Amino acid sequence: MSVEKSSSLGRDAWLRLRANRMAMISLFILIGITTVSFIGPLISPYAYDQQNLDRVFEGPGKDHIFGTDNLGRDLFARTTYGGRISLAVGLLATLVSLVIGVSYGMFSGYTGGRVDAWMMRAVDVLYALPFTIFVILLMVMFGRNFLLLFLAIGAVEWLTMARITRAQTMNLKRSEFVEAARALGYSHGRILFRHILPNLIGPIIIYATLTVPAVMLLEAVLSFLGLGVQAPMSSWGSLIKEGAEKMDAAPWLLFFPGMFFCLSLFALNFLGDGLRDALDPKSSKD
Amino acid sequence: MPSIQNPPKIKTMGNLDIQNLKVSFHTREGIVHAVDGVDLSIKPGEIIGLVGESGSGKSVTCNSILQLLPTPPARIEAGKIEWSGKDLLRQHDEKIRGIRGKEISMIFQDPMSCLNPYLSVLDQVAEPLVIHGMASPKDARKQACEMLARVGVQRVVDHPHAYPHEFSGGMRQRAMIAMALVTQPSLLLADEPTTALDVTVQAKVLNILKELCTDLGVSVLFVSHDLGLVAELADRVVVMYRGKVVEQNDTRSIFSNPQHSYVKALIACRPTLESNPVRLPTVDDFMNPKTGKGQALKKLESPSLNLDSQETLLEVQDLVVEFPTEDGPVRAVDGASLIIRKGSTHGLVGESGSGKTTLGRSILQLTKANSGKILYQGNTISLENIQDRTRFRKSMQIIFQDPYASLNPRLTVEQALLEPMKVHGLGKSRKDRIDRVVKLLEEVGLGEEYLHRYPHEFSGGQRQRICVARALTTEPEFIVCDECVSAMDVSVQAQVLNLLRSLQTSRNLTYLFISHDLGVVKFMSDEISVMQNGKIVENGLAEDLYRNPKSSYTHKLIDSIPLANRSSDFRL
Repeated sequence: MSVEKSSSLGRDAWLRLRANRMAMISLFILIGITTVSFIGPLISPYAYDQQNLDRVFEGPGKDHIFGTDNLGRDLFARTTYGGRISLAVGLLATLVSLVIGVSYGMFSGYTGGRVDAWMMRAVDVLYALPFTIFVILLMVMFGRNFLLLFLAIGAVEWLTMARITRAQTMNLKRSEFVEAARALGYSHGRILFRHILPNLIGPIIIYATLTVPAVMLLEAVLSFLGLGVQAPMSSWGSLIKEGAEKMDAAPWLLFFPGMFFCLSLFALNFLGDGLRDALDPKSSKD
Repeated sequence: MPSIQNPPKIKTMGNLDIQNLKVSFHTREGIVHAVDGVDLSIKPGEIIGLVGESGSGKSVTCNSILQLLPTPPARIEAGKIEWSGKDLLRQHDEKIRGIRGKEISMIFQDPMSCLNPYLSVLDQVAEPLVIHGMASPKDARKQACEMLARVGVQRVVDHPHAYPHEFSGGMRQRAMIAMALVTQPSLLLADEPTTALDVTVQAKVLNILKELCTDLGVSVLFVSHDLGLVAELADRVVVMYRGKVVEQNDTRSIFSNPQHSYVKALIACRPTLESNPVRLPTVDDFMNPKTGKGQALKKLESPSLNLDSQETLLEVQDLVVEFPTEDGPVRAVDGASLIIRKGSTHGLVGESGSGKTTLGRSILQLTKANSGKILYQGNTISLENIQDRTRFRKSMQIIFQDPYASLNPRLTVEQALLEPMKVHGLGKSRKDRIDRVVKLLEEVGLGEEYLHRYPHEFSGGQRQRICVARALTTEPEFIVCDECVSAMDVSVQAQVLNLLRSLQTSRNLTYLFISHDLGVVKFMSDEISVMQNGKIVENGLAEDLYRNPKSSYTHKLIDSIPLANRSSDFRL
C-alpha cells in the first residue's frame, strides 16, 4: 500500500461499495423498482382502482401487461401503486425503529446500572404487549391513518433494535479504546457519537436490512386485519395475499407482486452486506 | 508418588524426521509462505526446543506433524515428515487418528479452553486410552488417576467427579499433560504450554513436564517464543526465523556461541535481571551491523536517579478497591500505598489477579476506589467539575496491553491523534495540530506517510507506538504503562522499551510501569513494588529488591525466572 491522500470514510466506503458487484447490481435493482413504482401509476392508462367487470381474471397480455384481477383492475397499476406504499412503509418504519432503537439502546447500554435495568424492563413490558392489540389501541386513539401505520410498526420493531444496540454498546464500552478515550478526557457525547456509534454500524445495518422485509410483511398482516391498507388501495403485502388465495385460477396475481417483493428483499440484503463491508475500514482497500 | 503399573515400554519407534517441509497459506491477501523448507529431526528420548517469534512458522511446523493445520487456507507444498517408516503427510485420516494421542500427543497453549467444561477431568484424561483401545473404561480411569497423581493433580484422586472449572490454570495444564502422557506416547508436541501461566506456576509445570518425560522416555518438541525458558529443559534448540531454521545446536552451544546474528539478537535483546543497560540492543542492531549501535552500548550502566532529591508526584494511601460479585465483594486492591517520584519509573510487578492493573486504573480514576487517598502533586483528585477533570486527564495518560483493542478501528492515525488536541484545545489551528501530529509520529519512530492509515494496517509494535504517540498528544507528566509490552515478541518489546526510556529522558516523564515480567520491570524501573493478593508485599529500589529480596514471595518470583533470563552471560 502506497502513500495516499486524505480520504474520508464516506469516500472510501463509496469506492469499496463500487467494487462490490452484487451490491451495485442490487443498488440498481432497488433504484429501478423504486422508479417503476413511482412512475408506473402515472404512465399506466388505467387507475389502480378502476374496475372493468367485463375483463376479470385476464392473463398478462397486450392491454394489461400484468393481467387483471377478479374485479378487472389492472395489475400493473396496482402493483406499482402498491410498491409506493410498501417501500414507503418498509423504509420509513425501519428508519423510525432505527432512530428510536439505536438512541434508546445506546443510552441504556452506555449508562448501565439501574437506569439500564429499568429501561430494559420497559422494553420487556412492551415486548409482552400483543402487537395487534397495541396497534388497535393506537388506531382507536388516533383514528385510522396511513402515517400511523409507520409509527405503529416502527414502535414495535425498535424493541429488538434497542436490545441489539444495547448489548453491542456494553461490549464497546468496556473496550480499551473507549477506556483510552476516557483517559484522554473526552466527553460522554464525543465518546458515544464518535467512538461507539461508528462501531455499531455493522450490526445496525444487518438488522435494518432484516427489518425492512419484516415490516412489509407486518403491513400485509395489518391490512388483512383491516387495520392497514384497505382495498381499493393496494400494497405488495395485500396483493400477495390476494394472489395466494387465487393461485390456481390466476397465478399471475401472485407472480408479479411476489416478484417485485422478492427482488427488492434480495437487493436490500445484498446491499446491506455490501454497505457493512464498505463501511468497515478493516476490509481490504482496492 | 504412586507409580504407573505397567513398566515403561521399550520404544521401538520415536524417530521423527522432517525434511524440507514447505507450508503456505492461501488467503485473500495473497500467499504467505509460513514454513519455507524446514529440516528437523527428533531422536527417541530427546527434548527439542523450537524457538521463534510470532509468524516464524514454529507452530505451523508443529501442527503439520499431526495434520492439524486447517486446509484450506493452509497447503503443504512440499516435504516429508517421516515417523517410524511412514510419511505422516501422506497418511489417511483414519491412520493419522490412530497415531494422534497414541504415538504422538500434543499439549496446547491455553489450558482454560482445552478441557471440555461438561466432562469431568478424570474422564477426559482417561478418554485417549479408551479411544485407542488400550484399556477398558475402568482400567483407563485407574491409569488416568495414577497419571494425574504423578503430575500433582491430587484433587482428582480424592474427588473423581471434579470438573475443569474447579481447577486453576496451572492445574488444568497439568491435567493436559497427564492426558497427553497417559497413553505413554513416543513423542509429545508441546505448543507454548506454559505461556498462559504465571511465572511461579510456569516453573512448577515445566519441572513436572521435564521429569515425567525423562522418566517415561518420551521425546518432546517444545515450541516457545522464549529462548531462556527453552534452555531450562531442551537438549537441543532449533531457532526459526521467517519460516526457515536459522540455527540448530545443542542448548549449551546456542547460548555460549550463537552463530546466526538473529540468534545473537534474540539472546541479547531480552532485559535480564543482572545487567542494567540504558538501552536494549534490538534485532536491527545485529541484522544490520553498520547502522546498529546496540553492542557498543550494551555494557553501559545507566546512571541511577537520585530518588531522594526528587519530589513526590503521586502518592497512593491505603487504597481499597472492591468488585461486587454474587458471593459478596472481592477485594482487588487491599490497602495499597506507594509513592511515585517525579521523573522516575515506578515498577509494579505481580501475577495475574494480584490487583496491579486495578491499582493502575484507579490511580487514573478509570475504576472507582472504595476508600483510600490518591494525591497528585499533593492534592486529591476530583473529577467533579469539568475544568479539574480536563486538567487531570491532560496530565495523566495510560498505555494498554493490547494496542489493537485500544485504538478505535474506525479512526485513522491522524484522526486518533488530532482528537485529544482538539478536545483539550491544544494547537492554534488545524494545520498547527497536524504539524504536531507529524512531529509526534517521528518522535515514536513512524513517518508522515502513516497518517491516513487505519490501525489494522500496522504491525503490533507499530500500533503500540501509535498508542504511545496518542498518550503524548496532551503532553502529560505521568503515564501508566499497563502490561504494555506483554503481548509482544522480545525483539519488538526491546524497541518499545527503548522508545519509552528515551521519551522519559527527553520529556521528563514519570511512569508507573505495570508488568508480570520482573526482568522487564527491573530494566525500566528505579523503584519497584511487588503486589500479591491486592497487597503490596515489598517496596524498594530496583537493584536492592533484586539483590536482597525481603519477602518470601519476591524470592519465589525471582527463583521462578528461567536462569537464562536472569543474566545475559548465561552459561550452562
